[in-house]
Amino acid sequence: MDAILLQILNGLDKGSAYALIALGLTLIFGTLGVVNFAHGALFMIGAFCAVTLQRILNLSFETVDETQTDFLGNPLKVKTPYVEAWFGPEFGGSIIDWAVPLAILFAIPVMIGVGYVMERGLIKHFYKRPHADQILVTFGLAIVLQEVIKYFYGANPIQTPAPDALNGVMNLGAIIGMDIIYPVWRVVYFFFAVLIVGGIFSFLQFTTFGMVVRAGMADRETVGLLGINIDRRFTIMFGIAAAVAGLAGVMYTPINSPNYHMGMDFLVLSFVVVVVGGMGSLPGAVLAGFLLGILESFASMNEIKSLIPGIDQIIIYVVAIIILLTRPRGLMGRKGVMED
Amino acid sequence: MFGLDKKDTSMLIIVAFLTLFAPFILNPFPTDSAMAQFNAGYPDLMQRFVIFGIFAIGFNILFGLTGYLSFGHAAFLGAGSYSAVWMFKLVGMNVIPAIVLSVIVAGLFALLIGFVSLRRSGIYFSILTLAFAQMSFNLAYSVLTPITNGETGLQLTLEDPRILGVSATADGSIPVTSLFGLEMRSTFELAVGPWAFQFNAGYYLCALILLAAFYLSIRIFRSPFGMMLRAVKSNQQRMNYTGLNTRPYTLAAFVISGMYAGLAGGLMASMDPLAGAERMQWTASGEVVLMTILGGAGTLIGPVLGAGFIKYFENIFSKINDNVLHSWFSFMPDGMEDAAVFLLHPFIGKGWHLTLGILFMLVVIFLPGGLVEGGQRIKGWLSRRKSKDSDTSSETNPAE
Repeated sequence: MDAILLQILNGLDKGSAYALIALGLTLIFGTLGVVNFAHGALFMIGAFCAVTLQRILNLSFETVDETQTDFLGNPLKVKTPYVEAWFGPEFGGSIIDWAVPLAILFAIPVMIGVGYVMERGLIKHFYKRPHADQILVTFGLAIVLQEVIKYFYGANPIQTPAPDALNGVMNLGAIIGMDIIYPVWRVVYFFFAVLIVGGIFSFLQFTTFGMVVRAGMADRETVGLLGINIDRRFTIMFGIAAAVAGLAGVMYTPINSPNYHMGMDFLVLSFVVVVVGGMGSLPGAVLAGFLLGILESFASMNEIKSLIPGIDQIIIYVVAIIILLTRPRGLMGRKGVMED
Repeated sequence: MFGLDKKDTSMLIIVAFLTLFAPFILNPFPTDSAMAQFNAGYPDLMQRFVIFGIFAIGFNILFGLTGYLSFGHAAFLGAGSYSAVWMFKLVGMNVIPAIVLSVIVAGLFALLIGFVSLRRSGIYFSILTLAFAQMSFNLAYSVLTPITNGETGLQLTLEDPRILGVSATADGSIPVTSLFGLEMRSTFELAVGPWAFQFNAGYYLCALILLAAFYLSIRIFRSPFGMMLRAVKSNQQRMNYTGLNTRPYTLAAFVISGMYAGLAGGLMASMDPLAGAERMQWTASGEVVLMTILGGAGTLIGPVLGAGFIKYFENIFSKINDNVLHSWFSFMPDGMEDAAVFLLHPFIGKGWHLTLGILFMLVVIFLPGGLVEGGQRIKGWLSRRKSKDSDTSSETNPAE
């Protein structure tokens, strides 16, 4: 029983990352009709926002500390981060410690900016061109972004730890009288994902802006004829989708140290998730993200692996292929959309 | 000639000339000169040119002719490599059975994947092939370890049976791949003055196969079958409405291009008998997409040019480093020299992928026909200028 609960938790956790990326991906497909192969790169840029903030906060100056000496009797040089000097060692130190959560604030404007520039500068010109061209140009863009990151940050993974307070483990099962030891940050990640998903859904459901966007998704031309500047709203939605991917990346950094090819690694999976959920269906993407995450973590249980060796490596693809062949519009896709 | 019209024959002859005289053409600079680093006439690289050329020609039959964008073609390349290495392990070091088996295995594999993937078109097809490729990669990487030897990759060992050959040579080493005794690695060096030209047996085998593959692709392009594929590309729905079942045609195109990929994989293993899972990763499939688009999808010679272009730059361009740049710009004043090197630095050496990505994006945005279309545009522009210069009065205005 414990093991099963633990696998469900693991799955929800993996699923959170899938769901967040797939949500942005399907938001872009649903509004603009663009297949964005650069979405993984946006996830990666988000992760590197956290790295950047961590580096900025750690900028430090050197002072000579006369009270301490090294083994030759010379005074030691001590590095003090500027933040600690300004805010005092205690408060400054905790700011540095909380670099990853703080990076959320930093990443939102950056990601919206990146998304805005991307849509206005490149994707805008590809609405009328075939899907193959969209895939190709965004694939090229993904390579470029990946290489730029590699140029500035190097090819090695960069450690970005979670704040000390959230870095340990907790016993989740205490409430129901069981022992389920689980890393705190992963729980935080799950709730963060739920928060973002809930935020996006209520934004689309309860605001006028969201209503117009939904109307535009259903029938772009008519909404345009009503005198609403739907293009501008879609651009904003692209920015929001980029921000969702970026935030997923920021919060993911303590789980897996960011490296320059993490975007490409996640891209294939998130496409699979989108397709299983139904191209353009937001609830579908979220549902499929969590479902596939849970499925994957169950397949990686030893009991199942001993029955069917290697199943954990391919289960997602097998499911995706079966879904695509039997129900091309995906779990929650609209009837008639992309059912060719 | 060969059942081709005049234009195609001349193109085939040009390609034949380029491939057969590649050791000269790719080696234009004397060995000791400063420009010698731009020479690409050594066997390893020449082999890669033609092998990836074959791969790209095959991909072009599917994407350029039929319009199906597959992101999983590296899976067939990998399957071809694995089967060729197995042939070397079990039967013998002759390359012919290995290549034949790799084409057959890749063809069967493509039949299986194509049968499933071709039920969908458009982005769904791309994502299906992507999923299949990634699945094959994971299978090769971990699940099928007894066959693929997992992450280490499949290699020859001294214990392999090799029924039609020897397990180990007289001096106790692993035998090398050969064509009925002609070793693939044997290289004849010709020194003419300061130049050293290398003629490699393996390269010439690959080059001849490339010519055959190229000839076959011309025939496919010009055949009624090719016309049918073009029709599928321009409007599949209309084809279906006229009562024609397009599935067999697309499936045939898919299998043919898969067999080309398997042939490339088999040749790759024949030149260097090992196979690894990383050949099947989806980014490797992306590479052949880059080649085909960059050269010109849907044109005959485009994919070969694209493959040559990318492989040349990958191997030669990436060797340019800051020191070389400094020597190039040494004629400038100091500050400007440093500035020029600083500006170019991200795009050279290890950063050449960035250049490739930017170039690829520019081609997709502005030049959908790739390098071939670029060449045609320049040619058209030049000839228009020439005709304007020589004779402006004969220009006729069409009646509205």
